[in-house]
Amino acid sequence: MVSPEVRARYTVTIGIECHVQLKTVSKLFSGAANDAREAEPNTLVSHIDFGMPGALPVLNKEAVHLAARAAFAFGTKPQQFSYFERKHYFYPDLPMGYQITQLAHPIVVGGEVVIDVDGERQTVRINRVQMESDAGKSVHPTGKDYSLVDLNRAGTPLLEIVSEADMHSAAAAKAYAKELYLLMRYADVSDCNLYYGNMRFDVNVSVSQTEEFGTRTETKNLNSFRAVEKTIEYEVNRQIEQLEGGEKVVQETRGWNDAKQKTFTMRTKENAEDYRYMPDPDLPPIVLDEAYVADVAAEMPVLPAEWRERLSGLGLDRAQTDTLLEAEIEVDGINYLGLIEQNLGDQAYAKALANWLINVEIPLRRSDVTIALTDAIARAKLYRATYDLVAANKLSSTNARTVLTELLVSGEAREPSEYAQAKGYIQESDEGAILEIVRQVLADNLKAAEDVRGGEMKAIGFLVGQVMKLSQGKANPGLAQQLIKKELGL
Amino acid sequence: MSQWLPIDDIVEQVQAGKLRAVDLVEQALQTIEATAEFDAVIATTADRARQRAAEIDARVDRGETVGSLAGVPFIAKDNFLTFGSETTAASNILKGFEAPYQATAIERLEEAGAICVAKANLDAFAHGSSTENSDFMTTKNPHDPTKVPGGSSGGSAAAVVLDMAPFALGTDTGGSIRLPASFCGAVGYKPTYGLVSRSGVVAMASSTDVVGPLTRTVADSAIVLDVLAGVDPLDSTTIERDDDCYQVSTASLKGMRIGIIKEYMDESLSDEIRQPITAAIEKMRQAGAIIEEVSLPSLPLALACYYIICPAEVSSNLSRYDGQRYGFSDTEANDLFSSYAGSRSKGFGKEAKRRIMIGTYVLSSGYYDAYYKKAQTVRTKLIKEYEAAFKDFDLLVGPTAPTPAFAIGSHTADPLQMYLTDIMTVAANLAGIPAISIPAGSSDGLPVGLQLMAPQRADRTLLAAAAKTEEILR
Repeated sequence: MVSPEVRARYTVTIGIECHVQLKTVSKLFSGAANDAREAEPNTLVSHIDFGMPGALPVLNKEAVHLAARAAFAFGTKPQQFSYFERKHYFYPDLPMGYQITQLAHPIVVGGEVVIDVDGERQTVRINRVQMESDAGKSVHPTGKDYSLVDLNRAGTPLLEIVSEADMHSAAAAKAYAKELYLLMRYADVSDCNLYYGNMRFDVNVSVSQTEEFGTRTETKNLNSFRAVEKTIEYEVNRQIEQLEGGEKVVQETRGWNDAKQKTFTMRTKENAEDYRYMPDPDLPPIVLDEAYVADVAAEMPVLPAEWRERLSGLGLDRAQTDTLLEAEIEVDGINYLGLIEQNLGDQAYAKALANWLINVEIPLRRSDVTIALTDAIARAKLYRATYDLVAANKLSSTNARTVLTELLVSGEAREPSEYAQAKGYIQESDEGAILEIVRQVLADNLKAAEDVRGGEMKAIGFLVGQVMKLSQGKANPGLAQQLIKKELGL
Repeated sequence: MSQWLPIDDIVEQVQAGKLRAVDLVEQALQTIEATAEFDAVIATTADRARQRAAEIDARVDRGETVGSLAGVPFIAKDNFLTFGSETTAASNILKGFEAPYQATAIERLEEAGAICVAKANLDAFAHGSSTENSDFMTTKNPHDPTKVPGGSSGGSAAAVVLDMAPFALGTDTGGSIRLPASFCGAVGYKPTYGLVSRSGVVAMASSTDVVGPLTRTVADSAIVLDVLAGVDPLDSTTIERDDDCYQVSTASLKGMRIGIIKEYMDESLSDEIRQPITAAIEKMRQAGAIIEEVSLPSLPLALACYYIICPAEVSSNLSRYDGQRYGFSDTEANDLFSSYAGSRSKGFGKEAKRRIMIGTYVLSSGYYDAYYKKAQTVRTKLIKEYEAAFKDFDLLVGPTAPTPAFAIGSHTADPLQMYLTDIMTVAANLAGIPAISIPAGSSDGLPVGLQLMAPQRADRTLLAAAAKTEEILR
């Protein structure tokens, strides 16, 4: 490992190319189904996907629509004129002998993604976003003298999102990757299912001690945020070690071995191919008129940056807000942001609600527990009624969580007050009853009582805890503390 | 005299039950067999044709209306994907290929009741002007079997002139319908680019490929176009057809402004062509046309421009023939690279390889701007010159080819000389405008074609004027 002192002499420069699969019903240029997750190999293949003689590509309009939405997600507009080109190379999973992509005039030019790196706001500029069709999948069974090709993925619509080299740390790159994920999900452009390769990253990394960029390497096909981060950490270290050892960094394409947590050489620039790009004469240019662009702009949903702005008064930190933003798109039909937003008029409640969502419901839904309560109106009522009980000192915050957890899981349509009563969760605010417990606790914990009397106020928390325990969570903790002090003559 | 009635008469009689589709198919198949020595046909689709003919007759017997081409036999160039036989594009690499779907053009003709009886020979992948580049055989000119029929739709043109069927389908990328029509004495019509779907046609150069008919008369071409024309959801480059029928009555030439293309009639033009073409144009003048000379200064660049753009697209379109999924595959190969190299070097003929190499060269990094991009600039200039010319003229006129049919083997050693055969036809393809070649006399017993061109989408004007010209030249 390079020492921090050596590391500090180098500037790291990172650019990322990200491929996201558009969530269309059919492929980019054919009517074959686009969702190959459960399909048998080579069952979602049309004549065009197979490269049949005479078969012509026909552009999927929905793919253009989603690409236009992506433009707005990046804070820009789609280009009103763009066209497809052919990129030629031979490989068995590329039936036509060329990939249909964009080069000179892509659908999106410019735009930006704003990220947060350790509390610092940074802007990553987008160079371009191009539409293209994916290749099929080649499988090379180990120990066999043949390879297999599955063309189900051939012709799948992709967006290739090319950033400028505006990132300078693994943390920034990871933040960018995660923000892209959120943007593409919120704009409803892609399912971004990383496991199924819906979103893949190619990272370009270079290091330099001068103003000039160093020689870069490109590590391809990373399919997790962690792999993006680890690849960059590994590459930065490797490149600096190489330069410090008097060697040169070789411009090359590398891969990531997740088991070994290392990158490895795939191919060097010397045998780089000449793709012989050419405008595709089978596809007329994509021309989007003003009205079309305006319609797409008007239909755009609220994006993550706007949500952060709207929630900014609640005193949540970045990680908490991001938990809400991420959870919002995890379960269909379960919304958090809208629920909070409806209650922004009552800041105190909105804060409590946000905290419950972050600390109770979201962890529950992310666990293996089945949550029966899905109805939005019932959920909203549950939270409000529980909050009112807490505000009226009838429910401790601990028991409030219990009530919420139990009613979310069971889905029972019960009033929280009635439920808490029945379950014995209602907070004890009867002085006499609590005093009895306090005396018991003080008698059982003489050392702690002595410490508190001696001015060690930390120990009072422990005593309150014991009171809560003995009262099975029902005692009003504020009252308990008052009574402890009183008993100890403070 | 042809054994076939005009197409609309055939249709009328089939619909009336006076002619039987099964008999028409037998008549076609017998003629194909009787003229086999001309090598116009690669394969017949006899079984399927007989079956379809019987179905059509049965529908007529049930009193159903069969369609605007009911029972009419036709021959398709073998680069149209069809059922009933292999589709080879006259290439070894596609030998044995059974199409899993049919070209839109074939589907539309069948829908109208036409019956495909055979697949015609061509230069492999439509690369050529003589059918000598067919990987299988050279078609002989019906007027003189020592001469070429022209190409690349040479089999289709010869088939029509040999009376095998009332019409044939061809494709015209740089003159491949008009040139063989001129050499064989048929009508060869290239519609406006995009008016007929290319779906299911083995692609040559996508930006100039056009499907069209070869017929004995202009009227027959118009009937066929009327069935073929219009937007196809399978081909994004197709355009809206006219609402009106393309089958038009002959228009008067009186007052029509027709420009003689100066660059095609300069001193280098041989007398054997100049004489009949000049005579034909004179008859048009006598019929009332206003004839003037017009110059399109970029025309001399058209051929060079075409032979950059076309091979570029060819090299790309032929990439899919890689021996991995269908067609010829080199079984001696022992790794992926040698499978590609072996399948393609053994499967492609000389001309396909030449065009792949030229195309690969002009698209390669460092040469793209100097060749491909420059050629596209010239193409744009040429289109503008045509647009300017069509402000002053309704039609342009000139010869279809610089010579009559040449002797088999005479051009094969010199590809440049072969390419020069297309010098008068390629410009219409680059500009996407409709053009037609009609018989206009002969020279030493070999037919000479007169070429008429019109602005984009003015196909009806072109067909009407061509029909009138055909009438006055008869």
